Amino acid sequence: MADNILTVKDLRVRFRTAGLVKALVNRIEDPFIDAVMKVSFSLGRGETFGLVGESGSGKTTLGRAIIGLVRAQEGSINYDGSELIGLGDKQYRSIRRNIAMMFQDPVASLSPRKTVRASITEPFRIHKMGVANLGEEARRLLDLVGLHQGFMGAYPHQLSGGQARRVGVARALALEPKVIIADEPTAGLDVSVQGEILNLMNRLQRELGLSYLIITHNLPVVRHVSDKLAIMYLGRFVEQGTTKEIFERPAHPYTLGLLAAVPEPDPDKRRDKLELQGEIPSLMRRPSGCEFHTRCPFVQKKCLEVAPKYEEVAPGHWASCHFPFPDPADAKAVGPGAMPGMGNVPYAPGAAGEERLAAGAAMGDSMKKDIFRGSR
Amino acid sequence: MSQNDLVLDVRDLSVSFRTGRGKVRALRHVDITVPKNKIVGIVGESGCGKSTLINSVLRLLAPNAIIEPGSQVDFLGDDVIKMSNSQLTDLRGQRISMVFQDPMTALNPVISVGTQMTDILYRLKIPMAEKRKRAADMLAQVGIPDAQRRLEDFPHQFSGGMRQRICIAMALMMNPALLIADEPTTALDVTLEAQIIHLMKELREKFECSMLFVSHNLGLIAELCDEVIVMYAGEVVEQGEVHDLFHRAAHPYTRMLLECDPARIAEARQELPTITGSVPDMIDLPPGCIFAPRCPRRYEPCDASPPEPYAVSDQHSARCFLVRDGR
Repeated sequence: MADNILTVKDLRVRFRTAGLVKALVNRIEDPFIDAVMKVSFSLGRGETFGLVGESGSGKTTLGRAIIGLVRAQEGSINYDGSELIGLGDKQYRSIRRNIAMMFQDPVASLSPRKTVRASITEPFRIHKMGVANLGEEARRLLDLVGLHQGFMGAYPHQLSGGQARRVGVARALALEPKVIIADEPTAGLDVSVQGEILNLMNRLQRELGLSYLIITHNLPVVRHVSDKLAIMYLGRFVEQGTTKEIFERPAHPYTLGLLAAVPEPDPDKRRDKLELQGEIPSLMRRPSGCEFHTRCPFVQKKCLEVAPKYEEVAPGHWASCHFPFPDPADAKAVGPGAMPGMGNVPYAPGAAGEERLAAGAAMGDSMKKDIFRGSR
Repeated sequence: MSQNDLVLDVRDLSVSFRTGRGKVRALRHVDITVPKNKIVGIVGESGCGKSTLINSVLRLLAPNAIIEPGSQVDFLGDDVIKMSNSQLTDLRGQRISMVFQDPMTALNPVISVGTQMTDILYRLKIPMAEKRKRAADMLAQVGIPDAQRRLEDFPHQFSGGMRQRICIAMALMMNPALLIADEPTTALDVTLEAQIIHLMKELREKFECSMLFVSHNLGLIAELCDEVIVMYAGEVVEQGEVHDLFHRAAHPYTRMLLECDPARIAEARQELPTITGSVPDMIDLPPGCIFAPRCPRRYEPCDASPPEPYAVSDQHSARCFLVRDGR
């Protein structure tokens, strides 16, 4: 589509876990893990796409694959009409003028031995762009991100987290990219500073017409900044849609669990129940059937055996669940609060699937409908 | 509240650091109390003195720190500031224990979890088998499956959430009177965070220990704590019972902090609220209220002299002239 600046289709990123010899000796038939598994989405011009998931869900790998820091094995990445898969290092370099990345951890992603000026003008040197006046460029960039010119000679250790993040933004903007991939842009920042950075990113988006891919595990933050959202689990998208739709009508139990895990700053809304038990499984041992079944409070027999299809549950809203939550007509009529039913499944760490299966089946579909009374 | 009901009673604690530029007055006249069986939350942004405060309680301050005269840190009737080194060794890990921020680095990577756990019991003259049994019991209590066998495992064999559970188990091994948790869930995913908070609630019932819970996440404080202390630039600006504080915040800083939290903003919006300005230089303090330079409701008395804590209600006070003047 013409209005999409970035289109990713069936992207797959695999990492080798054992070398050829080790694989032969130990008879490992498939010495690979799939960090990103057949993912498709598109980023519209001037749009913000949020990528949400727990650690190990593959969201950072996906971001790095787009900018070419890790190589994707299959699929397609189309940037503004040109295909990026299969490009060599040199060709990729020219693409990176248009797609910039802001890395996690603002302080650690800056070289401790470079001044702010050197860090933010480094992209010009890397891309061998003859800029007449680097000092002028540095001043322009600092101005753009709202930093005082006095920071020009400062080293990263002299900056606060928020200031370092602004330097990261300035560096990403240096070559006037069209797309910015922001990996956890607000992690480690205080709430008041978080707001400042997001407002800055919003302002730059309006002024420069940027498109953002924001990678985060912070749901309250993406809600305010992104137009569309994808929820990742074990390298796959389990749900995708507009941010509004996903927050109002999550279809996948994992999305619901993530939403419910965010504590509300109100002591009257304490939760007695835990919504999501356990942790994300290892990529080396993907569960059978629906890969979320080991943690799903609503697991049914079918979930253990058959992998659900990634299907459209409403126009533009995709989810992979055998039993997606129905669209509750009365969702708006009910207030927030604890989710009845969820978490009633007895938690037996390491217990065999049967126990939880029985508990899930007992709850049935009717219970699932009730859940919505509590979701936000 | 009588003296006996308090586990920790910090009075007029001021801590400074000697630096090349001058004396950084990191904590000024801090009064906090932790009652028995209560969870007290400390909330504040980076640089507000949260860590200096808990390090003072454990006397783990850097060598250039000065505890100003008149400061008092009373733990179950003993003044921690006057303790000798051997008394402090006795205190740390046994009567006060701590859970640190990052479970990835808090454990020793080359020693098995079981050995690290039994090492804590070095003071007890009981057979090793008994110690290992206790360690396994404790691991089971914090929700680690197959605890007995996993004593042999090393930290890298556990996931992040499990490692934090181990750290909590280790902190509880000696059944301390006070548990200090310093941002225990910051390094974890939101689902694991919810699990750890749930665990801490459960353990509090089981072990009857008091807790000092440090966090910058208002949602977690609301979820877990009985009382809340709000710190800003080295001072306690507001403290009170959790419902009072969240529903009737009196100090402008607390209010703004609550407004900034994206989890609290009901409608999705493009422009998020922020607190303009930055934390003042703690070497050269303003003469009046510490928050005055950033305060939207600043008026005449604010710049003249620093405010005292004024009572908002029985269990709720704020260092703000607005409260004194009833404005």
